[in-house]
Amino acid sequence: MHNFNYHRASDVAGAAALLKDVDDGKLLAGGMTLLPTLKNRLAAPSDLIDLAGVSDLKGISIEGDEVVIRAMTPHAVVAASHEVATAIPALAALAGGIGDPAVRHRGTIGGSVANADPAADYPAAIVGLNATVVTNQRSIAADDFFLGLFETALRPGEIITSVRFKNPSRAHYLKFRHPASGYAVVGIMVAQYASGVRVAVTGAGPSVFRVSAMEAALDKSFTPKSIADIAVSADQLMGDIHCSAEYRAHIVKVYARRAVEALTA
Amino acid sequence: MGEFAIGQPVSRFEDPRLLRGGGRYVDDMSLPHMAFGHVVRSPHPHARILKIDTRRARQAPGVIAVLTGEDWLTSGFGDLPTATGKKKRDGSPMYRPKFPAMTVDKARYVGDPVAFVVANTALEAQDAAELVEVDYDPLPAITDTAHAHEDGAPQVYDDCANNICFVYQEGDKDKTDVAIAAADRVIKRRFVISRVTAATMETRGSIGHYDKAADRYTCYTTLQRALNFREELAETLRIPESKLRIVAGDIGGSFGMKSGVFNEVGLVLLGSKVTGRPVKWVATRSESFIADAHGRDNVTEAELALDKNGKFTGLRVRTLYNAGSYTQPGSDSGASSNVGTLAGVYMTPAVHVDVTGVLTNTNPMRPFRGNGRPEAAFVIERMVDIAADEIGMDPAELRRINMIPPSAMPFQTGLSFNYDCGEFEKVLDEALAMIDYKGFEARRAEARKRGKLRGIGMSYTIEKAAAPGYEGAEVRFDRTGSITLIAGSVTQGQGHETVFKQIVADRLGIHPDEIHYLQGDTDQVFLGEGTGGSRTSALGGSAVTSATEKVVDKARKIAAHMMQVDDVEYADGVFTSRKTNRSLSMKEVAKSATNPRNVPKDLEIGLNATAAYHTTRQNFPNGCHIVEVEIDEETGVATLDKYIVVDDVGVVLNPLLLKGQIVGGIAQGVGQMMMEEIRFDPDSGQILTGSFMDYAMPHAEIFPHIDIKSMPVPTKTNLLGVKGAGEAGCVGAIPAVANALVDALTHLGVRDVAMPATPERIWRVIEDAKRGQTA
Repeated sequence: MHNFNYHRASDVAGAAALLKDVDDGKLLAGGMTLLPTLKNRLAAPSDLIDLAGVSDLKGISIEGDEVVIRAMTPHAVVAASHEVATAIPALAALAGGIGDPAVRHRGTIGGSVANADPAADYPAAIVGLNATVVTNQRSIAADDFFLGLFETALRPGEIITSVRFKNPSRAHYLKFRHPASGYAVVGIMVAQYASGVRVAVTGAGPSVFRVSAMEAALDKSFTPKSIADIAVSADQLMGDIHCSAEYRAHIVKVYARRAVEALTA
Repeated sequence: MGEFAIGQPVSRFEDPRLLRGGGRYVDDMSLPHMAFGHVVRSPHPHARILKIDTRRARQAPGVIAVLTGEDWLTSGFGDLPTATGKKKRDGSPMYRPKFPAMTVDKARYVGDPVAFVVANTALEAQDAAELVEVDYDPLPAITDTAHAHEDGAPQVYDDCANNICFVYQEGDKDKTDVAIAAADRVIKRRFVISRVTAATMETRGSIGHYDKAADRYTCYTTLQRALNFREELAETLRIPESKLRIVAGDIGGSFGMKSGVFNEVGLVLLGSKVTGRPVKWVATRSESFIADAHGRDNVTEAELALDKNGKFTGLRVRTLYNAGSYTQPGSDSGASSNVGTLAGVYMTPAVHVDVTGVLTNTNPMRPFRGNGRPEAAFVIERMVDIAADEIGMDPAELRRINMIPPSAMPFQTGLSFNYDCGEFEKVLDEALAMIDYKGFEARRAEARKRGKLRGIGMSYTIEKAAAPGYEGAEVRFDRTGSITLIAGSVTQGQGHETVFKQIVADRLGIHPDEIHYLQGDTDQVFLGEGTGGSRTSALGGSAVTSATEKVVDKARKIAAHMMQVDDVEYADGVFTSRKTNRSLSMKEVAKSATNPRNVPKDLEIGLNATAAYHTTRQNFPNGCHIVEVEIDEETGVATLDKYIVVDDVGVVLNPLLLKGQIVGGIAQGVGQMMMEEIRFDPDSGQILTGSFMDYAMPHAEIFPHIDIKSMPVPTKTNLLGVKGAGEAGCVGAIPAVANALVDALTHLGVRDVAMPATPERIWRVIEDAKRGQTA
């Protein structure tokens, strides 16, 4: 780890102002990715602005047909939330399966979403559950938020304040864990809304993506059989020594069907 | 001492201290004015070093010294010790690469130390290390075991033709060739046994301290063998051993990996000598992946000959063993010391093994839990299952008809092992009953209904434990009758303190709370070879037992003198005589023993004893593992559903600790078979599994309850009747799990699953088999 200046912000405006003032500042949420990156000397920001002291950024609320999770809420709190479990059980289950207990108690939804790790779980929830990412500047629709590998629509200085998930009529999340890291090799969120079915896949590609062929088939008939033969191409998927792109494509197909099975059983 | 007696499930005395953060590992130690070292390592698997410029690093904040291979060469210290004793195929001596603490001419693996920065803080050392400029000329690298000996492969050392370091043979070649030529049936297979890393919870670390006034070196370090370590290191430093003290604190796992004298040990001592300050180096986790010695890594071809009744008539095995880039004493032993395991528990009359050790641009090798035993056990136990499949016989039956019966003991196998005892068929039958072997097909059918492919696999393995050697122990009574117990062996977490205290409490009647256990300090320990090869219970335990016997003998004479009788009996820590109502406890005798009045004139005062136990005979723990797996046919994900072990590790000193050893060994075996693997990119030679993000470790959640039953057949090869238990779990697990995985898929036409059997690999063999069947 290289040396850096440490700041503890007390509100979002103050954090944004600091971020503007300093040379090469980084926001610190749970630090689950940033701190290992710093320890491995793969990044050397001049300043860290810690959001842990910003009380406005914590908490969960139900607002109309939306579950609102403030950015600095740890995964463990989402997993244990009665409100979340009642409104969108798939979201509580997803949060409860992120990393390990230590990660779930430190890592936050805002940090995960802003980082846009291709193998993180939350992107599948954001896109699958048609969420809105709210920042200190604007609201961004899920389909416009993730742009690519570790790339989002966030502008410099923009800070996520909350994520608003729309309650589906039903939803299910299934994850195939990486044998080594435990990250999602494939994480698939299948959610049904009055407006249509959404199928979002994290882990398999460079960024979370929707499988429109599956969505269309499920719109017609919400049965496992209707998507059993719909394959995704391995061409755009990632591969590593444990799970090739071809294998990931296969798991997407199997897990999508199993998610629907779980919802229709 | 009933509750602490030998055989009782005594909880570990170490644990309250360790669990409350009271451990004292190298990284917990701090010496006044201590400085910190950071190693600059080669990023290339093979490169000529053209120039090292340390000027900028020397000027960096906090830097005290920057050392390179040239500094090592001119320091007066010698090379690190290397392996010796083996030969090449033409009879000439094995190749012995020079092993300086920092390389000068060439880097030979990713992680090879090229410079050492010493600074006031660890961070300053790390910062400055980035300023050391090394000019490399990259060379082609060879990391692959199978191809390293081929013509045209990159040469790790210019003067070592075809990278062949040594050849090792065992058994009767001619007899085996004849047996195989004459056999009714010969089964032939090739196995690739993956390279793995120990991934110890505590990484390696050392503090070097040269005391100029006393002209004496002290090294606090992670190790397995304190006195042998001192001997090897003193030779490297070219000083008398008396000028060197080695101290081991708590050690967080080793499994063989920490048993050598490594580069960094030399570097902290050189650093201390140059700077006049103690120097600490502790590996980061990332550093451990590229700088620790690795284990296993061989390619084996085996041929098993059978007669028409299924009796084994011959076994021929040829192995290419990856010897790494540098050798050390013992680094070659994985290729030789335990190939005897290949003979298994079978009568096979003719066996021959031929091992070629090849040098590669990979990390040096070290023994890793089993050190050749798991590799050999995997080969023979897979071969037996393959043979059973091919001749259409139940694998348990094929094992049974080939097993060595107790009536044949002692039994000289076709290789080097001479078994003293063992009741293999009895253990096998118990294991079959425990898992309800007969009921398996019903469980398989039930799983099929759930869409799962269920398989059952077994192994019956035997291995050498406690190789001939010696161990020391010392019992020191103080004036109030409590004890300091000093052992020559060193624990890395096995629980030596607990078992040794049990033996002392059992034999001397002193409560364990009044026994202080001491180990790993060469200024305190008078004798001992240390820990490794499942030797401590047998050798260390016998040494402690022997010391207590000496204490009892002397105390009996003192008690007789004090009670003025001539026939004293001793039981449960109390001396009595039928001729008097008086009795004396061991503690009372100990308290009295420093007063010359209480001691017979022909005896020295005091009640202390040292014991040096040695044996020329090893023991042979053995046992049967049976495991049931279920495979998700669509994804290839395999889960362990049932796991049972029936073992014969001789007399059980502490069933709790035994279970811990077996379960831990199984976890490492399952890891090797199902997920762990150090992989190098074949083209670039770069390590692809350099962190836990890519190197898959087994987690507790994947294991079912492991049911363990002991059926001891005590051995007469040591004072306690114990057989080694440290490696047995790992040895049995790898083939048992492999056999279960293949069994689950046999009906599809699958005959083998490569190691490690990851979900994708299993999925692919299923897909390939299905395509083969439909084609």
